[in-house]
Amino acid sequence: MNGYNFAYLDEGTKRMIRRAILKAVAIPGHQIPFGSREMPLPYGWGTGGIQVTAAIIGRPDTLKVIDQGSDEATNPSSIRRFFAAVSKISTTTRTVDASIIQTRHRIPETPLRADQIIVYQVPQPEPLAKLAPDSVEARRMHALADYGLIYVRLYEDIARFGRIAVSYDYPVMVNNRYLMAPTPIPAFDTPKMNMMPALQLFGAGRQRTIYAVPPYTSVKPLEFSDFPFDVESHGRTCRLCGATDSYLDEIIAQDGGDSTYVCSDTDFCETQRSQQTENP
Amino acid sequence: MVHVPVKGGDGAIESAHRWLAETRRGDLSVRELELDQIAGQLGRAVDRVMSEGSLYDPRLAALALKQAQGDISEAAFLLRAYRTTLPRFFYSCPIDTEKMRLYRRVSGVFKDVPGGQYLGPTYDYTHRLLDFGLESADTEPVPADETDEEIPLAPRVNAFLSAEGLVEESPVPQGEAKDLTREAADFASHRDQRLQGLARGDEGFLIAMAYASKHDATGAHPFVAETRAGEVPVSVEVPELAFSIDIGEIIVTECQMVNKFKGSKRTPPQFTMGYGLVFGQNDRKSMAMALVDRATRARELGEDENTPAQNIEFVMELCDNVQTSGYLEHLKLPHYVDFQGDLEAIRRMRREASDSAEEPLQAEESAPEAAA
Repeated sequence: MNGYNFAYLDEGTKRMIRRAILKAVAIPGHQIPFGSREMPLPYGWGTGGIQVTAAIIGRPDTLKVIDQGSDEATNPSSIRRFFAAVSKISTTTRTVDASIIQTRHRIPETPLRADQIIVYQVPQPEPLAKLAPDSVEARRMHALADYGLIYVRLYEDIARFGRIAVSYDYPVMVNNRYLMAPTPIPAFDTPKMNMMPALQLFGAGRQRTIYAVPPYTSVKPLEFSDFPFDVESHGRTCRLCGATDSYLDEIIAQDGGDSTYVCSDTDFCETQRSQQTENP
Repeated sequence: MVHVPVKGGDGAIESAHRWLAETRRGDLSVRELELDQIAGQLGRAVDRVMSEGSLYDPRLAALALKQAQGDISEAAFLLRAYRTTLPRFFYSCPIDTEKMRLYRRVSGVFKDVPGGQYLGPTYDYTHRLLDFGLESADTEPVPADETDEEIPLAPRVNAFLSAEGLVEESPVPQGEAKDLTREAADFASHRDQRLQGLARGDEGFLIAMAYASKHDATGAHPFVAETRAGEVPVSVEVPELAFSIDIGEIIVTECQMVNKFKGSKRTPPQFTMGYGLVFGQNDRKSMAMALVDRATRARELGEDENTPAQNIEFVMELCDNVQTSGYLEHLKLPHYVDFQGDLEAIRRMRREASDSAEEPLQAEESAPEAAA
């Protein structure tokens, strides 16, 4: 695209973002403020993730973008087109072929490798946002590892519902030190973050924050010894590929019949199906 | 395979954008808008786009307005996303509004203010009656009174008040001004960043906050010490040269508001200042900005905070139209995964509630988390 630098941002800005990323990697789970730029996509549509991706992407990279597990919905398609337009890098929908995966709300079912980076789009980087009266107090609580409030919040769920009723953005402890928002991924995906071989980067554009989980770092969902973290198996099957161990989207029947379910991760589902065709 | 939702995003986007381009152009038998027409005849819209788009360039603002079909917020967003890619060669020297080539200057506090008052090209005192004479496209306005005399330079009104010590002394900022477009903001401690944020802020929001500030605990009526509009030179210091050079002129509107301050243990009663400065001619926004600036100083001045206008985080978090409308519009994006999670949780809890002998839970109680 004429008139724009490689990957849109100017090199000075990319350097600033990479410095924030390096700092974030050095202190796993700790939130690093950065000079978030205005991007040509609206805030809330992945500006933080896009800036992180723009700062780390190079010509040899292959980019995959997903939203809700899907490559083909309008927003991931738009972000992929944006990078193809401003950087001429190659893009893919296959998890195994990607060197950078930018995501909103899911982690791919296919385990990630050490030569891959996953970039999360982050709406609210502060796991204490609803508990601390303001950002100054939240920073103080992180500094002192004063996380009693969040346990009270989880305990209230148990008292009221008999279980921890957090179905996504389930708070996690990183490297036994910092409480971190895993972004609104379903609790189903949370265990994938633990000891992941790939580097995990998180970018929040509007909140001007970057944080990271380096490869092979412990990420533990908060739990109580008598109420351990638990992802209930749904006991359902993907209508298309037959998977029983993947996260499923509910498809409402138009004729008022029973709902059916399909894999939310479209690449995973397609891979399963093509393997079944090859080895029936 | 039956209906798997929202596939083919690429094709959908392309078709939608072709349709948009067609509706933007409208009826082909009507002449296409030219940028000169927009810049020259929709000046207030151009001013507002430059102000909220945070880039002084009437031609680009006109282009943005044309591209956005006159949608001010969308045009401001286009301008923002362009300015962010521009290399930063210099920070200009602070503009000196006493050197402003005035075409408007009004004071609400002194009748015979030294330097005089000038209405300039204003909508004040027009009767808001539709002028059907403008329906035809060949109007020729009666020429304004010709005068060879320029409005003389005028000192700012607050200079008279501060000479007597009646107005607080403006704190002189230490070091370089912060730039919130380049580094993470810390609004609580940096008024320079706050002012920058307000100057880029949404006009409607600022007016609402300014209005809210009238209910604050001080109950003090604010006064317009002065609002002025005109052209000011912008200069930069080039490191290789020993002097600064003018690189152009911009039109700005500046407003200084005074509020009575009852004083504290350390400070005798006096007037405090709120400051507003916006690109182009826009009394409303500059006045609103000045009031909100003053209101957000409540904590610094030890006043009770009882309106949202006094809460720095609240105001700064919400004043940027590009940010707030971005959040709003993101709600249109799919949230299948999170919604599925909530759906499962609600179903499970309802099942458990109906299985148990106890009364069923109230629906309102079972919303565990707000979606993000």
